[in-house]
Amino acid sequence: MSRLAPPEIESFLIHEARLLDERRWEDWLALFADDGWYWVPLEEGQASPRDTVSLMYDDRRLLETRIRRLAEAALHAQTPVSRTSRIVANPTVEEEDGSGLTIRAKFEMVEYRRDSRRIFAGTTWHRLARDGEGGFRIEWKRVDLVDCDAVHDGLSVPF
Amino acid sequence: MPEPTSEEIAGLIRPGRVHRRVYADPAIFEIEMERIFGHAWIYVGHESQVRAPGDFVRTRIGRRPMVMVRHEDGSIRVIHNQCAHRGAMVVAKESGNAKRFECCYHGWTYATDGRLVHVPLRHGYPAHFDPDDPGTAMVAAPRVDSYRGFVFASLAADGPPLADFLGYMTTSFDDMVDRSPDDEIEVAGGVFRHAYDGNWKLYLENLCDAAHPIFVHRSSIDAARAQDDTVHTTGAGEIAVRQMRQNGAPPEFWRERVGIWTYPGGHAFLGDYHDDEKLVAASGDPAFAEYLAALEAKKGTEETRRIMEVMRWNSNVWPNLSFMSQFRQLRVVHPVAVDRTEVHTYAFRLKGAPARMFEDTIAFANVTNGTGSPVLTDDLETYGRIGTGVTSQGAEWIEIGRGYETDRPDGKGGVEGVDSTSEVYIRNMYDAWLGFMAAP
Repeated sequence: MSRLAPPEIESFLIHEARLLDERRWEDWLALFADDGWYWVPLEEGQASPRDTVSLMYDDRRLLETRIRRLAEAALHAQTPVSRTSRIVANPTVEEEDGSGLTIRAKFEMVEYRRDSRRIFAGTTWHRLARDGEGGFRIEWKRVDLVDCDAVHDGLSVPF
Repeated sequence: MPEPTSEEIAGLIRPGRVHRRVYADPAIFEIEMERIFGHAWIYVGHESQVRAPGDFVRTRIGRRPMVMVRHEDGSIRVIHNQCAHRGAMVVAKESGNAKRFECCYHGWTYATDGRLVHVPLRHGYPAHFDPDDPGTAMVAAPRVDSYRGFVFASLAADGPPLADFLGYMTTSFDDMVDRSPDDEIEVAGGVFRHAYDGNWKLYLENLCDAAHPIFVHRSSIDAARAQDDTVHTTGAGEIAVRQMRQNGAPPEFWRERVGIWTYPGGHAFLGDYHDDEKLVAASGDPAFAEYLAALEAKKGTEETRRIMEVMRWNSNVWPNLSFMSQFRQLRVVHPVAVDRTEVHTYAFRLKGAPARMFEDTIAFANVTNGTGSPVLTDDLETYGRIGTGVTSQGAEWIEIGRGYETDRPDGKGGVEGVDSTSEVYIRNMYDAWLGFMAAP
């Protein structure tokens, strides 16, 4: 059985969810390592982002562009903007070594935009490196949606 | 409301204009499902999805759930996914292999060509019950044919052969397959399924639209232009950022370098607009260099040069298919309702090409067809806004007249725009539309 994540990890995940809900995109980006990556697979149990398509698969360069776009004035897909509310829960430590930890957690996100609500839920995986000052940086984050391979309308907001 | 007459339908199309009802009226949509999707050649899948006898994959013709299956004699059949007994969907898995299809409800069982081969509890049926009646079956589409691996079906027993229907567009399929060193391609790497609240026709209308990127994709163009290229990438992000920048090519580039060509049947292709050496084969990139060597080894220098000089962006095969021969991507449009559309997108692997080529194909799929793409999401938003806009009682006519005075024959049986921003390919789709919808 996995060990419950310590409070500082849970605080980190709650902080991250808050940055996303408050659309503080640059602050969210700053949580990632310089060679960090972010991945939302298309298929359940998808082994690789390289040989199968993904809802989102951003290395640091593309993640920066994605985030920068969310602040552009002519952002049609976010006019009006989405409001989101996230809950993160059940964080456990799946791996731990000298350089950091791999955390598994559950999330639910309600997205409201233009008179409609969507609910997203699934499992998140964070590989967190200790930054030497008592905090963490995200080396990678994987988001497995329960309906990853469903028909979806456009997905503009990172999970 | 009574069904519109053929004369009324014909009156919805005028030179350079379409009545907004064509995008908004559920009665028109129902007639489209019957007259267009019930008759035309409809793309249903690729042969690589059903290699061995018994291999099947679920597909659709219009709104109808169908199954494409490799029959035991090696032919490909397209059958309705409906049990002849009580109407249940028989094939529930998306794809797989089966010797027989057995209904979950009472065990009626079908061969892979749709024939009913077993009825449990065979007592007590009336004398007229005939399990050999071709209508008491998973009813087969009367016509199935393919061109270089791309499979089409028609629900009409009679009509022009597939080769006539495709006409000059066969050259785009040729381009897609010729690029494989082994002359073989296969569907691989997963299927995006995205949807929008708008009419099905909007999708193909956008895919050869050279005038929209600078407006619709403004946000991703600007964000990509501001990107620092020294920041870390695995290679995937680099492809995405470069592709976003390409969408910002200046107007004179679109006018002078791109081009739009249309052909009878509603088909068209837009010339390619890429001048980025990381995105286009035959230049710069090490993965491409390895690929070109493989192609030359199999096909020779001359043929390789000829293949690389074919420069096409989207090829539209009306009414439901669009593909990028040069970039190994394919999209299938599925109408759901007058204001709801689903699109399924596929990537292709070139047999005989280095593995890295396919990784680049996947990265390109993510940015051009991805449901979470910073590019595609702005297209989906636009289709949705049109879906809402056309229900307004404002301007009665949709304007599709750009280039109308300057379109010209292309010398290959088609019509080309004087430059790529001509809306000739939309007018051409409505010529085909009228042929099905308002034929006397």
